Amino acid sequence: MTTLEQQAREKTPADAWAQFPWWLLAIIGFLVFMGVLLTVGEEYNSAFLFVKDGIAVTLRTTLTAFGIAIILGLFAGLGRISHNTIIRNIAITYIEFIRGVPTLVLIFTLALVVVPEGADLLKLDVKAISPNSRAVAALSIIYGAFLAEIFRAGIESIPKGQMEAARSVGMTVRQAMQYIILPQAIRNISPALGNDFIAMLKDSSLVSVLAVRDITQQARLYAGSPFRFRESYLVLTFLYLTMTLVLSLLLRWYERRIRQDAK
Amino acid sequence: MQNKMNEQSGNRIVLDGLYKYFGNVQAVIDVDLQVRQGEVVVIVGPSGSGKSTVLRCINHLEVPTKGAVYIDGVHLEDKETDINAVRAEVGMVFQQFNLFPHLTALENVTIAQKLVRKRDKEEAERVGMAQLERVGIPEKANSYPRQLSGGQQQRVAIARSLAMNPKVMLFDEPTSALDPEMIKEVLDVMLDLAKDGMTMLVVTHEMGFARSAADRVVFMDEGQIVEIATPDDLYNNPQHERTKLFLSKILAH
Ligand SMILES: Nc1ncnc2c1ncn2[C@@H]1O[C@H](COP(=O)(O)OP(=O)(O)O)[C@@H](O)[C@H]1O
Ligand SMILES: [Mg+2]
Repeated sequence: MTTLEQQAREKTPADAWAQFPWWLLAIIGFLVFMGVLLTVGEEYNSAFLFVKDGIAVTLRTTLTAFGIAIILGLFAGLGRISHNTIIRNIAITYIEFIRGVPTLVLIFTLALVVVPEGADLLKLDVKAISPNSRAVAALSIIYGAFLAEIFRAGIESIPKGQMEAARSVGMTVRQAMQYIILPQAIRNISPALGNDFIAMLKDSSLVSVLAVRDITQQARLYAGSPFRFRESYLVLTFLYLTMTLVLSLLLRWYERRIRQDAK
Repeated sequence: MQNKMNEQSGNRIVLDGLYKYFGNVQAVIDVDLQVRQGEVVVIVGPSGSGKSTVLRCINHLEVPTKGAVYIDGVHLEDKETDINAVRAEVGMVFQQFNLFPHLTALENVTIAQKLVRKRDKEEAERVGMAQLERVGIPEKANSYPRQLSGGQQQRVAIARSLAMNPKVMLFDEPTSALDPEMIKEVLDVMLDLAKDGMTMLVVTHEMGFARSAADRVVFMDEGQIVEIATPDDLYNNPQHERTKLFLSKILAH
């Protein structure tokens, strides 16, 4: 072992100080402080009891929309790199359209214009489509476009030799994609997908503008009576931060695991 | 058409006036070549002379600009031809192995059998294991490619092709990416294959392999075939200046 490596191994106290995740300590500190406040502070406790009723809606909306967005994103991503000019341009139009408009505006447009018009076209009863379904549809379509770019990058990151080897044993393009390229691509992009899941969880707060009773909407309702802003929005912040922190710690752990597996 | 097919009988591979251009680059120019059943043909030539492109045209990883490729009399450029069915009959071994990294060695040699040959899991695994034994690494069946040495990976890649029971095997510099001490184990597998009567077209600069296995050696330069001869004739008594120049360079190594 060279001395350089030895130096790299031995941590000095200064290194330990610099490498310690102080940020995590600070955030956990805030969460613990809030947790205590929620249990002992009466105003905070009743705000929490009201807002928590939205947790199920927030999680269900995010999970469903993400599931649909993955399918949309996969097909849009494949379309994006298709050799068929028409398919490719349809995919690019979709992706660029979504990327060019703010998410909040898209939620309004998709949920209040596109979904009703689409339902009309399909001769469905517009009123039967709940705000929750509209919210899920809007989030799916928006994130489908974001995920398409992740899928495209993931597929393009697989060396050309993989497709060639698969084709040269007689697999069709579809079989090669399904059994050779996509399993590798999805593994490579899974951290990026995880990041977008967290982003979507946060963006799901925007569906409160459709009066969907997620935690944001619950907090807004609770804050509606005067002088309750502070506890409403602190509780709301606490809830989002707890969820995203747990998810991003899980994601870090998973990333480290797949990096070790690759060795 | 019918005439043409009869004319090709007895030949596993026929290249008829093959051209391949990449934009302005003329990679392959008017190549004619016939490879008979059971024949081993080695292709040599300087880097960039079009050897890989010829091989890649034979299983249509590259589509020829002009000319025809016949595998067992089947015309590849014919619109009616099912290219996937032909590819299943033509094994290809790459310089960089191109094993599927997310699959074990055994899965690498069974997946195409299941998907393309429609064999059930049991039969595919039986054939796969037999081929892993043939290349001498049955004990690595459950290892992933990253856990294998270069020589072992290349042997799995050969087994992957053989498991399809191909009629023809193409090798594109199969030992060029290997550490010197691993070259022999791969060449030994190829020599065995040649002895067993496999029809092989091999791009390699391993003169020892060419001398002991090849029926003919093709020398290519600048996209064209310059000469074709038996290994002894080509290496000892080259007819063309370009061949002599090339041989003097590789012998100098
Ligand atoms: N996909 C490609 N696009 C453009 N040029 C290529 C491509 N593949 C090969 N070539 C060119 O074709 C020529 C022959 O290449 P190749 O068949 O790989 O030669 P060899 O295998 O004898 O080294 C070279 O000039 C190379 O740069
Ligand atoms: Mg080459």
